[in-house]
Amino acid sequence: MTKFKIATWLGILLLSGITYSQTLAIASQEKLVISGSSTMAPLVAEIGKRFENLHPGTRVDVQTGGSSRGIADTVNGLADIGMVSRALKPQEHALHGATIAHDGITMILHKDNPIDELSNEHIRLIYSGVITNWKTVGGIDAPITVVNKAEGRSTLELFLQYFQLSNRMIRAHVIIGDNEQGIKTIAGNPHAIGYVSVGTAQYDAIHEVPIKLLALHHVPATLETVQAGTFPLSRPLTLVSKNPFTGLAQTFIDFSRSPAVHDLILKQYFVPIP
Amino acid sequence: MISFSNNISSQFLSDRVLLWSLRFFALIAGCLLFLIVIFLIHEAWPAVQQLGITSFFTDDAWYPTESLYLLTPMLWGTFLATLGAVILAAPIGILSAVFIHYYAPSLLAITYRRLIELLAGIPSVVFGLWGLVVLVPLIASWQPPGPSLLAGILILFLMILPTITLVIHSSLAHIPIAYIHNATALGLGRWSMIRKVILPSAKSGIFTGIFLGVARALGETMAILMVCGNVVQTPSDLFDPIRTLTANIALEMAYALGNHRSTLFVSGLMLMAMIVIFVLMAERLRYRETNAHAN
Repeated sequence: MTKFKIATWLGILLLSGITYSQTLAIASQEKLVISGSSTMAPLVAEIGKRFENLHPGTRVDVQTGGSSRGIADTVNGLADIGMVSRALKPQEHALHGATIAHDGITMILHKDNPIDELSNEHIRLIYSGVITNWKTVGGIDAPITVVNKAEGRSTLELFLQYFQLSNRMIRAHVIIGDNEQGIKTIAGNPHAIGYVSVGTAQYDAIHEVPIKLLALHHVPATLETVQAGTFPLSRPLTLVSKNPFTGLAQTFIDFSRSPAVHDLILKQYFVPIP
Repeated sequence: MISFSNNISSQFLSDRVLLWSLRFFALIAGCLLFLIVIFLIHEAWPAVQQLGITSFFTDDAWYPTESLYLLTPMLWGTFLATLGAVILAAPIGILSAVFIHYYAPSLLAITYRRLIELLAGIPSVVFGLWGLVVLVPLIASWQPPGPSLLAGILILFLMILPTITLVIHSSLAHIPIAYIHNATALGLGRWSMIRKVILPSAKSGIFTGIFLGVARALGETMAILMVCGNVVQTPSDLFDPIRTLTANIALEMAYALGNHRSTLFVSGLMLMAMIVIFVLMAERLRYRETNAHAN
């Protein structure tokens, strides 16, 4: 009986091993490896699924690791396409890119905070620790809790660049990873200020999370202003590659830029290209 | 042990098959640990070679994008959060176990034990979420900004308390009944019996419980990431935000490249070293205890 059981288990192991290697062999036929921005990964994965359905026999493999990782993987040949959620840096202009959507970054406060708009200079001074009380900018007498993003996130890079700050100048009280963590932190602290994706913030604000989105330069932070290109703090979501797009990659890019995926883009709270 | 297994293997084929497969799987389990350590060293090596070990302790600050990799504030963060949690959890854990065993009426004891077991089974992310939406705002209304060393200590305390209590509870259950009979015969009261007889003879179990708690606290990531604020600084009081080594790895690994990434593996190696040291200490203490009993 025991012998029989052991033999059975060995058999199962052997079989699963064979199956696994067979699966690998099939999977390696027509495969597109995409890596990069964690902001874009959920969207591109959805687009990938729809693409696989339309083109049987292909496989779209989406991995995340940030925009910088996307560029590095593309340059090193580890990925066919990189996902980059910021404008390309000068030394990266040799890459070929195609923008598939836009995303905006908005400053958010707790709903109970009486302040409705802050000037860029005020935001700069709050983040560099010069202004530490809401009273100074016309609010109530309470210390400001500054919420910043962890190093390496493209949201942080875009924020620093727009407000002409360096990470060293920032005096943060809380450092967060993803957007949801930031929104929960601010929803739980009436004196906090932070920044996250417009899409995520707008979705949560509509769904009764006690946060509010600040206007920048009198432009309200909404999906509409980001789409119209009038909202100042926004970023393109770009697919890049080392060589000009060809074959399957070209087909995928064309598909991602077509109206056929607009519903997927809107579902992720991004703004499709016109 | 070996002669025993040889005895069996000479008689039945199925036993021999079982013995060799057991040996094989034990070997795999042992190899895994070594492979992990080798992998950590391999990944950490570029940073150690290019930056030198000392730069992790002498750089100005932690700004990976400017190639500054100071790890000391995060070592302090991990150390202080763990220490605070253990200082809170150890006495309460010991007292809870004693309460269940010697004071509580049986119905209450069973209910209380089930509750502690349930607490042990709650995933750490749930503790983190609770900390983020309940504990942190509470601390913020008292001493802003809220996310702080204190929040981390309290969350870790809740997480390691059940581990410590359950281990001590089971070691109390293994104390020979003769000890209790003798103590009662000598006319000791309940509390002096616990203090003079029970706790000293359960010492090794108590230490094991505490060390298991320490190991869990050192390695905890998700909950601590959500409540500690993650600002890289050496805290000057309980209300300062801190970042632990584990939180640092979780926050930045997905986005790290080159030396930055490699340095994160260095911090992983440091964590591993801390845990190995604690395990060795626990083993040593237990060894001393069992030897003392034998003599």
